[in-house]
Amino acid sequence: MVFPGTWSDRDCGWVVDQVLGEDLRYLWHKDPDLKGCDCVILPGGFSYGDHLRTGAIARFSPIMSSVVDFAEGGGLVWGICNGFQVLCEAGLLPGALIRNDSTEFRCEWTHLVAERDDLPFTHVLERHEVLRIPISHGEGAYFADPTTLSRIEQNGQVVFRYCDERGMVVPAANPNGSVHAIAGITNRRGNVLGMMPHPERCSEEELGGVDGLKLFGSVVHSGLQVLTA
Amino acid sequence: MSVKIDERTLREVALTPHEYSVIVERLGREPNEVELGMIGVLWSEHCSYKTSGPLLRRLPSGGPGVLQGPGENAGAVDVGEGWAAVFKIESHNHPSAIEPYQGAATGVGGILRDVIAMGARPVALLDSLRFGPLPDSARHFQGVVAGIGGYGNCIGVPTVGGEVYFDDCYAGNPLVNAMCVGLVRVEHLKRARAEGAGNLLVLVGAATGRDGIHGASFASLELDETSEERRPAVQVGNPFLEKCLLEACMDLVEHEAVIGIQDLGAAGLTSAVAEAAGRAGAGARVDVARVPRREAGMTPYEVMLSESQERMLFVVARGREAEVEAVFETWDLEAAVIGEVTGDGRLEVVDGSAAVARLPVELLTQGAPVRRLEGTPPVAPVAEVPVPEVEDVAAALLRLVGSPNLCSRRPVYRRYDHMVGAATLVAPGGDAALVRIKGTRRALALTTDCNSRYCSLDPYAGAQIAVAEAARNVVATGARPLAVTDCLNFGNPDRPEVFWQLEEAVAGIAQACRAFEVPVVSGNVSLYNESRAGAIFPTPVIGMVGLIEDYDHRLAAGLRQEGDFVLLVGATRNELGGSEYAKVVHGIVAGPPPALDLAREKAVQAFVLAAAEAGLLRSAHDLAEGGLLVALAESCLLGGMGLRGPALKPEDGLRLDAAFFSESQSRFIISAASRAMTDLQTLARRHRVEIQLLGMAGGDEIEFEGQLRVNLGELRRAWESGLDGAPPPAPRAGTSPPSGEEA
Repeated sequence: MVFPGTWSDRDCGWVVDQVLGEDLRYLWHKDPDLKGCDCVILPGGFSYGDHLRTGAIARFSPIMSSVVDFAEGGGLVWGICNGFQVLCEAGLLPGALIRNDSTEFRCEWTHLVAERDDLPFTHVLERHEVLRIPISHGEGAYFADPTTLSRIEQNGQVVFRYCDERGMVVPAANPNGSVHAIAGITNRRGNVLGMMPHPERCSEEELGGVDGLKLFGSVVHSGLQVLTA
Repeated sequence: MSVKIDERTLREVALTPHEYSVIVERLGREPNEVELGMIGVLWSEHCSYKTSGPLLRRLPSGGPGVLQGPGENAGAVDVGEGWAAVFKIESHNHPSAIEPYQGAATGVGGILRDVIAMGARPVALLDSLRFGPLPDSARHFQGVVAGIGGYGNCIGVPTVGGEVYFDDCYAGNPLVNAMCVGLVRVEHLKRARAEGAGNLLVLVGAATGRDGIHGASFASLELDETSEERRPAVQVGNPFLEKCLLEACMDLVEHEAVIGIQDLGAAGLTSAVAEAAGRAGAGARVDVARVPRREAGMTPYEVMLSESQERMLFVVARGREAEVEAVFETWDLEAAVIGEVTGDGRLEVVDGSAAVARLPVELLTQGAPVRRLEGTPPVAPVAEVPVPEVEDVAAALLRLVGSPNLCSRRPVYRRYDHMVGAATLVAPGGDAALVRIKGTRRALALTTDCNSRYCSLDPYAGAQIAVAEAARNVVATGARPLAVTDCLNFGNPDRPEVFWQLEEAVAGIAQACRAFEVPVVSGNVSLYNESRAGAIFPTPVIGMVGLIEDYDHRLAAGLRQEGDFVLLVGATRNELGGSEYAKVVHGIVAGPPPALDLAREKAVQAFVLAAAEAGLLRSAHDLAEGGLLVALAESCLLGGMGLRGPALKPEDGLRLDAAFFSESQSRFIISAASRAMTDLQTLARRHRVEIQLLGMAGGDEIEFEGQLRVNLGELRRAWESGLDGAPPPAPRAGTSPPSGEEA
């Protein structure tokens, strides 16, 4: 999906199209037609220049009501970075992303421990597998009120937590001050994923890692399962 | 001819009485107020190069791969498989001195538009920054870094490299030089030419406001106590709008109806229309009443001179404007037909039916009288100053790696998105950055370099070293140097010693670029960089682009494998003049800078390239400030492993501290697997290059037996805390637009 100000669209598209050789459609925010996509990716960027609040205006785009309907029908929706912010603003995911505790933009590699290996986005992962994926954001600290937080923890909706390279969730490995070191969450049904790190930036060896490709590959693989079921 | 105008009015538009009399003579009449303002901005040094132009013509600018040399919005070179690399560097020094965040942000925005105007998609940004010492210059440092991030992060172009230096001479006049590199298919390379009488001028992007009036003239004056009052001359950036503008331009690059694209930068509409018409030998008519405005009551003068950001001028085939406007509408961009190309060689400005200005285009773009200034070399020759010897090299090393000019730049580049585009193969922090050309095995090596302390001691040698070091940085990634863009930052050239520095530096760049066969295809001159403290060091920043044809052969600076052999390439001499060691450890800023032998430099670079292409190397790192030991520390810290070696045997008569910290040129640190050693030695003999084994990679210490032993963790703590003297950024006022730094 492309909003004005989105910039990871081409990077995500590159992985889908050039690295995986899958069918790719760019969806323009003014057009509510999802063009038969099996998985809708809301990529990173500064949709509408982050005016008002990150993701706050994008949720009112004509395409967003289609995305909400698609998600409610069980379609796969994946928000990365700014896309995660938009999904929170649109109410498809609980909580919000607030300013990094450092108050600065951060672009660097992080480690994530995967707490779900049963989602369409993660089923090729081992339980508690440690992934190395970079972040790039100024407002990526996950926040939710205590009630919401305990609900998503109880439901097992936390998909990724920031950790050190051995998989230990320690304060020093949390790059932005996210509560419970949360880097990515899913909805209760497990068909909507939001995450701050950028898997599309580590899906080829020459970029320094291929852990991101596991997530893209997982989605493709689950799509095939649906088709053959 | 009688001149009825007072000096105050002329000062306002930065013209001299002599220049005014030339205008009156050429026009055969007195110019009106608008005409005077238009000529004033276009005759500023920033736009006209009236002082530096004759010198710049000495730079080599042609060559087999050059697709576009100086004179367009940016230069372009052929990088193979149908691709052109488009690039330019530009200064935004004075705006950044006054308003660091917006000054730097709009510097980035401006250089992006230069590349976009060539039809290229920007793929990388670099920033060469210089400030006074911390913590006093923290406002400049933090504001500029935040501004660069704020713009670049938001628009989605990676900031992959650059430099940060601190020196007293930049305390009142920081330098902010931004370089942008773009890619375009060769056949889609655009030119900013207003061709074909009757074709339409379409202004697109931001509405025009009162911001930035006289910015170009302001850039051509010295900073003084009244400079703060110039704050309104600094523009405000909107990267979101520029992102939409960028995508609309990319959609239109292949469109036949688009004749030319010109960005609006310094001197706004006046410069954009005059330059585009001038390049085509045409004229133009502009109706200021049709220019969309941000505020009511603007005069034609203000509209013509506004430097509002995020605007582009399209020259569109008459009758096909609807096709182009449809694309702008997709991106919610405001566009307006504001005039047309004419055939009479004049720039005519009207306000509805009222005549406003009518000037020959050639007078605007070529008419500024060339200022032939005389340079005077300094009276006293550069003297050798003895540098005392230190016994404890480990302590000296720790001080050096923790000093502001040598410590880790991670606190800076982690605030820039350097990965967007999924093309960054070698990230900031080493030598050159490496950015792949997607769909090929090719990659561009990108760097900016200048040691201005060397230039202050010897501008000719210093400028040559800037070119040589840039080339060395490119070669250290396994790439071949291709072409240069330069940003010449100097003091007031009216002072003979400053003009001499400029002459010497340009001569040095010309000589070095000829030797390396790298043409200078674009650039920028920033003079009058002075404050109450005096002139800055002469700072000719070299931006270089290199090419690697198969990025499987790429190299980075960090050691890769325990047990690898680590070698020094090149010879070390007793050259501590102008060194970081002399300054940081002994407080001495004197002596001649290191000597550079261009033939030796070429031989050393050829050897490293040949070794890289033969797959013999695991890493390569150039030696620069801080000499052998600092470069070795960087290779160890970046690679996360130490080095163990026998006692270093200094060359004949060389002191141990000089062997470790001399800044002799034409040297690299390389590492290789043991099985590659025989081939490397043969190759070195063939290139007549010295190689010396330093030791073996591994462990968590750097040790030269009996001479030095330092723990890597201790070294890392010093290296990573060198910029801690800069307090965290203060919360900014809420008046600025949303930005990548905030978002």
